[in-house]
Amino acid sequence: MAIFSVYVVNKAGGLIYQLDSYAPRAEAEKTFSYPLDLLLKLHDERVLVAFGQRDGIRVGHAVLAINGMDVNGKYTADGKEVLEYLGNPANYPVSIRFGRPRLTSNEKLMLASMFHSLFAIGSQLSPEQGSSGIEMLETDTFKLHCYQTLTGIKFVVLADPRQAGIDSLLRKIYEIYSDFTLFTQPSWTLGPSWCGCFVGGRKQLCWLHKSLQPPRRLCSNCSAWQWC
Amino acid sequence: MSRPAHRRPAYHKINKDLFVLTYGALVAQLCKDYEKDEDVNQYLDKMGYGIGTRLVEDFLARSCVGRCHSYSEITDIIAQVAFKMYLGITPSVTCNNSSRNEFSLILDKNPLVEFVEELPAGRSSLCYCNLLCGIIRGALEMVHLTADVTFLQDRLKGDSVTEIGIKFLKKQEEKKYRWKK
Repeated sequence: MAIFSVYVVNKAGGLIYQLDSYAPRAEAEKTFSYPLDLLLKLHDERVLVAFGQRDGIRVGHAVLAINGMDVNGKYTADGKEVLEYLGNPANYPVSIRFGRPRLTSNEKLMLASMFHSLFAIGSQLSPEQGSSGIEMLETDTFKLHCYQTLTGIKFVVLADPRQAGIDSLLRKIYEIYSDFTLFTQPSWTLGPSWCGCFVGGRKQLCWLHKSLQPPRRLCSNCSAWQWC
Repeated sequence: MSRPAHRRPAYHKINKDLFVLTYGALVAQLCKDYEKDEDVNQYLDKMGYGIGTRLVEDFLARSCVGRCHSYSEITDIIAQVAFKMYLGITPSVTCNNSSRNEFSLILDKNPLVEFVEELPAGRSSLCYCNLLCGIIRGALEMVHLTADVTFLQDRLKGDSVTEIGIKFLKKQEEKKYRWKK
């Protein structure tokens, strides 16, 4: 999927909407015998692979399930610590499922407010007066695009680095959002709150989302979808 | 840096008479609910404020206005773009004082009072279109500007023109949120 996720942050820094792309994440389940040839470490309440990449299990992948039962952070479903469990030869052979860790809702809320603060710092660091703030953040695996409206709402889209037309997508999302606040949910308080009912807008977003895949791009003159 | 031209999507359109008559019915109901004119005016302003805080998002999303650098620019945009977009009229703008923070919008044609012959007896200080003042106030507040918006003259009260006065008050904390060009 070309678009990975969308975040809408209000002017107080609270996350009001979040959408993740639904592409299935790469997961690998394997049976292991003692001793485990992967090096695992505890990080942020999760057990991650630190070294020993092989067979689809990459560094940074988290332990998602042991013997078919989902783990709960650093504890197994039974309440035992995962690292302790895997250090005991009596528990082997064991089947472990690894995969990219998903962010929890709390983590997303926290990351959104951190981005909001970084955005404010970015504007102040600017040598020129009246900077627009962070518009794009580029890494090797994704590009983060941000559009702040005049009312202080930020629309953040994480997309493939090669994906074009994100500016128009951000403005389109703004339109859908303004339709939503004006017509669909006029009684919705404009404050930090989880809004799971951005459904009508979400359907439009999903449509845009699916349609924004290479090689199509947005023509800069007529705003129509074109094949490259 | 040029940005791709933004095509305006279809508007939600309703019948103009329906809109004007609904507004009249709203004011009539408020007159029944409240005895004092000041209460009706205040309630209309409050309703307008709630509408304005949301309408500004719709306005900014659909129009291509960028950052404004002065109060007169803001008032011009309200008159020439916003009023045109939502009510189809273009009031004229005058500046009332030398420190350039008080402006007036002169409406020569007000679609909301199309079916109003005169104010009811005993309601001489009713501001029929006070909703508009609330809307402007709410919209400006969402872009971090405080303003006092009132009707300075009203044709329904016997004046020659309808005049909305906008007085910009001290700017709210502006440094935190940078406006995007």
